[in-house]
Amino acid sequence: MTAIKTSIGRRSFLKTSALAGGGMMLSFSWLAGCKPPDETVALPKEWFELNGYLKIGDNGLVTIMSPNPEIGQNVKTSMPMLVAEELDVDWKNVIVEQAPLNTTIFTRQLAGGSQSISQGWKSLRMAGATAKRMLREAAAKAWQVSVDEVTTEASMLYHKASGKSASYGEMASAAAKIEVPKEVELKNNSDFKIIGTSRNNVDGQKIVTGQPLFGLDYRKEGMLIAMIAHPPAFGMKLKSVDDSQARSMPGIKDVFTIKTYPEEYALQWCDVDSFPELVVVVGNTTWQVMNARKALKLEWEQFSDHELTSSTFWGSTVKIKVPGGLENSAQHAKVMAEFSAKGGNVVRKDGNPEAVFKKAAKVVERSYSAPFLAHNTMEPMNFFANVTDEMAELVGPIQTPEFMEKSVAAILNLPLEKIDIQMTRQGGGFGRRLYGHFLVEAALISKKIKAPVKLVYTREDDMSFGVYRPAYHALYRAALDENNNLIAFHVKAGGIPESPLFANRFPAGAVDNYLAESWTASSNISVGAFRAPASNFIAGAEQSFLDEVAEAAGKDPIQFRLDLLDRALNKPVGEKNDYEAKRLAGVLELVRSKSNWGLETPNIHRGVSAYFCHDSYVAHVIDLKVESGKPRVEKVHCAVDCGIVVNPIAATNLVEGGSVDGIGHAMYSGLTFTNGTPDQTNFNKYRLIRHKEAPKAIDVHFVESDVDPTGLGEPPFPPVIGALANALYKATGKRHYQQPYLGEGITLG
Amino acid sequence: MATFNLNVNGKKQAVDVDPETPVLWVLRDHLDLVGTKFGCGMAQCGACTIHIDGTATRSCILPVSSVGDQKITTIEGLSEKGDHPVQKAWLEHDVPQCGYCQAGQIMSAAALLKENPTPTDEQIETAMNGNICRCGTYVRIKAAVKTASKNLNA
Repeated sequence: MTAIKTSIGRRSFLKTSALAGGGMMLSFSWLAGCKPPDETVALPKEWFELNGYLKIGDNGLVTIMSPNPEIGQNVKTSMPMLVAEELDVDWKNVIVEQAPLNTTIFTRQLAGGSQSISQGWKSLRMAGATAKRMLREAAAKAWQVSVDEVTTEASMLYHKASGKSASYGEMASAAAKIEVPKEVELKNNSDFKIIGTSRNNVDGQKIVTGQPLFGLDYRKEGMLIAMIAHPPAFGMKLKSVDDSQARSMPGIKDVFTIKTYPEEYALQWCDVDSFPELVVVVGNTTWQVMNARKALKLEWEQFSDHELTSSTFWGSTVKIKVPGGLENSAQHAKVMAEFSAKGGNVVRKDGNPEAVFKKAAKVVERSYSAPFLAHNTMEPMNFFANVTDEMAELVGPIQTPEFMEKSVAAILNLPLEKIDIQMTRQGGGFGRRLYGHFLVEAALISKKIKAPVKLVYTREDDMSFGVYRPAYHALYRAALDENNNLIAFHVKAGGIPESPLFANRFPAGAVDNYLAESWTASSNISVGAFRAPASNFIAGAEQSFLDEVAEAAGKDPIQFRLDLLDRALNKPVGEKNDYEAKRLAGVLELVRSKSNWGLETPNIHRGVSAYFCHDSYVAHVIDLKVESGKPRVEKVHCAVDCGIVVNPIAATNLVEGGSVDGIGHAMYSGLTFTNGTPDQTNFNKYRLIRHKEAPKAIDVHFVESDVDPTGLGEPPFPPVIGALANALYKATGKRHYQQPYLGEGITLG
Repeated sequence: MATFNLNVNGKKQAVDVDPETPVLWVLRDHLDLVGTKFGCGMAQCGACTIHIDGTATRSCILPVSSVGDQKITTIEGLSEKGDHPVQKAWLEHDVPQCGYCQAGQIMSAAALLKENPTPTDEQIETAMNGNICRCGTYVRIKAAVKTASKNLNA
């Protein structure tokens, strides 16, 4: 057992329950998304709250709060599993409820960086262990025995010597009066009964029966619908509004403009200022508002170069140059080629790469690029707001409620405690809902119209007012000696407007002479995190390149990587290598064995890839077939090391999904611009992978591990792109350097 | 504005709306049936799939005036207790990730199995190709359709 200091106090909890009040009731009827308990168990007459994470009913039902936003990564099931594990509760008696935003109880209520499980690993278990300790103390007191002799199992308390037993429900009332322990013991991994077992999605029944769960499903008495009109192009701003026709249309309540951020407001990293002034149409129903918006006569004009000041995720302040002008994808490609031809900022240098390149027996040099991507969560951006002079009630899908609470408080000039943000289930996140401008917009609209309102984006709004994955470029060079040893490696990577470089990841540490350079080109197109930021491009580029280098060296691509990793493990170059060579090699070895690598099958073309990000390690082998001239993935073999796997069925689902998502984006997706306007604004032009293009089968293998859990939402996405590119090469005889690969006009033999 | 008498999930419902209003918004805004989802508004993603007289139909481009007395079935009315074989198979395979597209996927799958109780893999892919899932649950969806097919025919 591991004894850890608790940070759970009753005081902070009591404060919360008083504050939550009616909001809690609302969350029950609207947001709870409870897993229905065993049908034979009735709801308890009374709940006893042992700490902010859980309460126990007099009949033994347990409500566990899920603190973090649920965006499809399944934390609403897996985080409560951590609490239930240490509480020793029978999972069938657990009800899960979405927690309110409350930073005095919960830590890091954020969905991002694949961090929810790893950051909640201790705190959630501690919450369960604390409550269990209180139940045991209550039983010890009642039975007049030592607490050390009271054991627990599946929601029951036992005293073996006397044969006494009681259910959690029976002891809940007494336990609630016990002082919160200052220190609790956590289980040894080998004693886990829930962690490591498959538990189905707690919202499953509600999802398959179409119950209201998502932000867009939310409604409140007297609620109006709002839509915004934003500039048609990045680089433009509002010039004039003629709303005379729109105003007179049926069901329309008002048309007005809003400025999202006041002059004196200090932008946060999660604020988006690409379209600072918007036109708003408010009316009774979605269809009426949609039609009235079409009747607006709006004029736009270009803005000029300016500078924004914003805080970063880590709290420092940055100045961002926003150039004026209307940008084009053709011009972006030219800019990227020009930057790549120049020297970048040297981020890391080991040995003497330039000298070694000059004397190399063979040099391989290749460039890779990828376009902007729109997130395209299936649920478009939306938010409910009910803002009065006294307070703001905000309900909807947001990955960063803690941060947005600060933004909206400052913008509305209300104290933080008057901002009530409630989290709904989210129809996808992928990073898009880190950037909550739509929440602020909804709040400002409600304030202006003095009514509860739901702001709804159409797909076109969503895709053309994006916070896109940047466009990226990477140039790679590798030097081989006469014995085909990799003696120098050079990467120069950049993007519009962010660089995808990770200078200290593999193969850094495995090559004596190494150079990593970075560059950026400014843009007025808003960008942000997209599932596995930067890794989502650089992994595919690097792993395609390594495949080509292995081929040039006449080596098996897996063995080539393993040899390099052997070097990184046993005699690493430099001290700042971000990855553990042993674990990266581990997933490669696992996928090699599980895929029967080396086995040739007629008409099956194979590619391999491995990557480290978000503290996890993933390797893919793709089996690709050409059917009627089209490439189709027959099977994805995937090996994952994310430490302890909390919920295997959901973890497997996430790895399958990440693999499909990665293949889809690399193969089909891309957002291009003409004069600042996105060329794709709906799924008729923006391609997402579909059923007929999805892999026919996916085999997921987890490395057995005792290491604390690491990320899983993002790590399976980046490497699969390299495996796809490498399998496509085997199938077509052609290397693929530009995403989306389909856009390259794949010719198949 | 005009009044339309609709048959939704076996229940008569009168709505007073613009005749051009898509059935999707009639369901969501007027009848408070929000299980049918808005995804694209142009019949490209399938999130809004309902059944019109048993046939899978995209409700986001279907004007309410075109429905007449045909039967509308939404995810809420697919089964009384949420135990349609497709719904059960979805739970068994733990298909959903974010869950937003799944009502549409289920409605497409249910219509397919009604028409063709033993579809091949290719037939499943073809019938489901209009339903996008950004989370990438396609492999599980196919497995769940096969399970539902097996249970339907058992």
